[in-house]
Amino acid sequence: MLRFLLRRLLTAIPTLLVIGTLAFMLLHLTPGGPFDSDKVLEPRIQHAIEARYHLNEPVWSQYLRYLGELAHGDFGPSFQYRNTSVNELIAQGLPVDAAIGSAAMLLALLLGCATGLVAATRPGSWRDQLPMSVAMLGISVPVFVTAPLLILIFAMRLHWLPAGDWVSGSWRHLLLPALALALPYTAYIARIVRSAAIDALSQPYIRSARAKGLPMHVIVLRHALRPTLMPLVSFLGPALAGVLTGSIVVEQVFGLPGIGHLFVTGALNRDYTVVTGITIVYGALIIALNLLVDLCYAWIDPRVRART
Amino acid sequence: MTEAQQPLLQLRGLGVSYYRSGHELRAVDTVDLGLQERECLGIVGESGSGKTQLLLALLGLTPPGARVSGSIRYRGEELLGAPGARLEAIRGRRIAIVFQDPMSALNPYLTIGTQLIEGARRHLQLGRRPALARAAQLLSLVQIDVPAERLRCYPHELSGGMRQRVLIAMALMCDPEILLLDEPTTALDVTVQAQVLELLRALRERTGVAMLFVTHDLGALASMADRVAVMYGGRIVEMAPAAALYASPLHPYTAGLLRSLPRLDLPLPARLPSIPGQPPDLAELPAGCAFAPRCPLAHERCVTAPELRQLPQARALACHYSGSPAQVDAAWLRT
Repeated sequence: MLRFLLRRLLTAIPTLLVIGTLAFMLLHLTPGGPFDSDKVLEPRIQHAIEARYHLNEPVWSQYLRYLGELAHGDFGPSFQYRNTSVNELIAQGLPVDAAIGSAAMLLALLLGCATGLVAATRPGSWRDQLPMSVAMLGISVPVFVTAPLLILIFAMRLHWLPAGDWVSGSWRHLLLPALALALPYTAYIARIVRSAAIDALSQPYIRSARAKGLPMHVIVLRHALRPTLMPLVSFLGPALAGVLTGSIVVEQVFGLPGIGHLFVTGALNRDYTVVTGITIVYGALIIALNLLVDLCYAWIDPRVRART
Repeated sequence: MTEAQQPLLQLRGLGVSYYRSGHELRAVDTVDLGLQERECLGIVGESGSGKTQLLLALLGLTPPGARVSGSIRYRGEELLGAPGARLEAIRGRRIAIVFQDPMSALNPYLTIGTQLIEGARRHLQLGRRPALARAAQLLSLVQIDVPAERLRCYPHELSGGMRQRVLIAMALMCDPEILLLDEPTTALDVTVQAQVLELLRALRERTGVAMLFVTHDLGALASMADRVAVMYGGRIVEMAPAAALYASPLHPYTAGLLRSLPRLDLPLPARLPSIPGQPPDLAELPAGCAFAPRCPLAHERCVTAPELRQLPQARALACHYSGSPAQVDAAWLRT
């Protein structure tokens, strides 16, 4: 198991290098630079700025310099936020996304699993069909519709929660964005859990459990939950990545200072270091989360454990 | 009927049917059976004869869509239509079952120990430790070595024979009065089959548990059963004390089954005799006797279904033909 972990962590390094290189090259290939603007600068000033950020050097030399900084864990200075390093920007923004993302995932898991399991114990009944139709709705309506709707209802009409803004550590500011982000995932999870649980409950070992005289809730929680979790875990890898990137829209709607916002403005302003840095951070997170998913497989299924 | 004579389990007119595209399929058709205390009753039939459905109906575990009719009485108490909580209290505690396929009957995600103790913890209110101690005891009773370590194993870490033993131990955890056995040896190698049968015989002597032993293998029953019921097309066609049934089968189907068993006391024929044709399709059962299409003694009268009639010496037969066993055998020889 330890060797498996070590191998996976080592293979992550070249993957991240490729991701970073691609991002770096693509950005430098796009026309325009970070300091181009409508206002024509005096050539001397323009040259001085470019020299400061080494933009006058050939691309390969800039690339090697960037790699050198990266090796020391330094994403370099931002081109747009004066006197601020990309490391500082990410350190400020990432906790916001982490808070919203994990709250959303937790919400989606709790609600989705509960609905899916209840639906699966009586397939075809009203408590299956009603939540599943609602779930279909949750999947089809995009976040940029549900988020403003949530603001309209809970902030503008009911005045229960703030419409946006971010106060670190305040659950009231966290709740609406997390809910908006969680809704489609709740729906997906409910549907996945339902079909997986129906499949699990039709297994012969469930009949064995029933023949022991166990009540239904014990059978569902002890015997059917683990096999139900397997397809859910497969979904969670890409879903967690989706929560990260999907939060860009939610950040915009609620005006949150996360890195998604930073990423989009960075791309528009040709802020090379910010975009490359965030791309690498996203890549590292997705790799880490997928590793976590694989560890979950081993934790849930003893047969997988035996193989790794 | 007095208290003393009351059977442990009494089935009257038991039927299990399914509806497929408007047609009624009768998997089990008006079966009458009684199981006495300490008795081992064998039920023999080919696949599709309804024997597994019968066991599932006893526990109220028929799949959704099944219609169970008739009466199932356990010590005089009607189980058919009994509330779910009552059935849960009886399942595993009074009536336990050993399922056919040890591969799929155990949950691959849970340890053997967890699966062994959960019934006893619930029914007998045992704590975790005493329950595990009892599980280890039962594992050694079913001849599993180092039981304490096996308890921590997952099903995939055990062989097929061991898993089947675990299933038997699991059924015995709450000291049930009735053990239902659904082809407990079918999925096993021949040598392991013999071991498991030997184990079941020993268990019976030791615990006195009553058994309802369902199999397609008349050979497996020979050394186990007190009485044998033969099922065909969802009905009982012949029932007799085991010795009488093996010595002188009355129903042509029973005779056919016995003929197709290899005999140790005779030279092995070049080809074992078999019953021609296929087991009946429940969707297209003939109007009369279900066995008639394959029967060497089929006759015009067989277009009406024969009733199961009681014969002397505690036998029962559902066949219009009333010749001697020798005549039935002669008819098979002519095929």
